Amino acid sequence: MILGKVTATVVSTVKHETYKNRTILVVRPVSPEGVPGEGAIVAVDTVGAGEGDTVLVASEGRAAMEILGYDRRIPIRSVIIGIVDRVVHGSGDEA
Amino acid sequence: MRLARVIGKVWATVKDEKLSGLRLAVIEPVDEQDAPLGPRLVAVDTVGSRDGDLVYWVSGAEATFPVEGRQIPSDVSIVGLVDRLDAKGTSRT
Repeated sequence: MILGKVTATVVSTVKHETYKNRTILVVRPVSPEGVPGEGAIVAVDTVGAGEGDTVLVASEGRAAMEILGYDRRIPIRSVIIGIVDRVVHGSGDEA
Repeated sequence: MRLARVIGKVWATVKDEKLSGLRLAVIEPVDEQDAPLGPRLVAVDTVGSRDGDLVYWVSGAEATFPVEGRQIPSDVSIVGLVDRLDAKGTSRT
């Protein structure tokens, strides 16, 4: 999984049927310290995340299939599976 | 999945028969600010995109699943058209 910050909501009418009635968000990867990284991931939300939240994103198709409740393979790879409250480093210092 | 701009089309007469009837688009991966990210790719377009459209695409094994009833030999497939991106009171199309 990666850590990321939700930066936008995707509004989309024409899409694959497995994406219908789902919240689709843009996530910018961040370091464990919260520093924004490169890129933008489009992920299906499963936890009620919103703009500004730090989230946990899994990008693996079989995980996505199971979390979204399908018994067949689907063209969804990235799902938001958690909202991060805080990240604690080895010594116990909190970012 | 990732965002991209559609910037062209590919025509290929000779191709694997499992690609027949599918449209191929040239896409430029971008971030949510429309800044290009990495190399341009050829994608199977399953949503009827046009040049200039902002789309989202899936890579890897999941790219083989968007066509109902068959598995396609693709590693990059467009699965949605973006109407707009909403962020903090701003809207981008």
